[in-house]
Amino acid sequence: MQIHIKYFASLRESLGAGETLTLDTPLTVGQLRDQLIARGEPHAGALARGRALRAALDQTMCAETAALTPGAEVAFFPPVTGG
Amino acid sequence: MSSSSLPLPRLSSVSIQTGDFDLSAEVAALRRGDAGVGAVAAFVGTVRDRHAGQPDAGSISALELEHYPGMTERSIEAMIDDAFRRFDIRGVRVIHRVGPLQIADQIVLVAVTSMHRGESFQACEFLMDYLKSEAPFWKKETTADGAGWVDARVSDETALQRWGIVSGNATGACA
Repeated sequence: MQIHIKYFASLRESLGAGETLTLDTPLTVGQLRDQLIARGEPHAGALARGRALRAALDQTMCAETAALTPGAEVAFFPPVTGG
Repeated sequence: MSSSSLPLPRLSSVSIQTGDFDLSAEVAALRRGDAGVGAVAAFVGTVRDRHAGQPDAGSISALELEHYPGMTERSIEAMIDDAFRRFDIRGVRVIHRVGPLQIADQIVLVAVTSMHRGESFQACEFLMDYLKSEAPFWKKETTADGAGWVDARVSDETALQRWGIVSGNATGACA
């Protein structure tokens, strides 16, 4: 299944605006993060487990246990600082 | 909570924009046509020239705001829905600017109308606390040392906890 990944703020600067991926097996958001980390740099550093990151699934804040569905839009970004 | 069986007017709108806004015009538009309004609370956030805890004036020279188009509007609309459930309010207007901003520029407006002042004061603060910790905006500031992304503040997460909401900023993605 295809999913769309987006990055924002410091992650966008390191990794670009995003990409479309074809997954062989269903994944959770956290498993996708691990798969991206496994690519090595720059993903390994930008998405590293020690870093405080947030994720959204289909434009709603989500937990890493959230399951990706076909066509899903998943976003990774730093803690938010608006207002 | 309303004891009336008639639905209250429920006026709300959210704008994400690069341009400035006029507080008086926005408040006038929010009140227009609703004679039940007895109170307006409006908060305007502006661009500071210094960091929190660092009194040096002029340490920040410019600010840039990035957001997540689509999610930003949806998340703020969900916060407004929550505010209408929690408080007896009649109208909400939220404007948040994005893109490059200068010192002293207006960044954000949250305006709330209600019959009595207590509800609009509370709802305005609730919405700002919520927006600070849960709406997908990111600030990048320019100082003498160059440009850098602003870190989230623990005090903003604490502010949201007052309303019984745990900020995802504090817990990371595993909210």
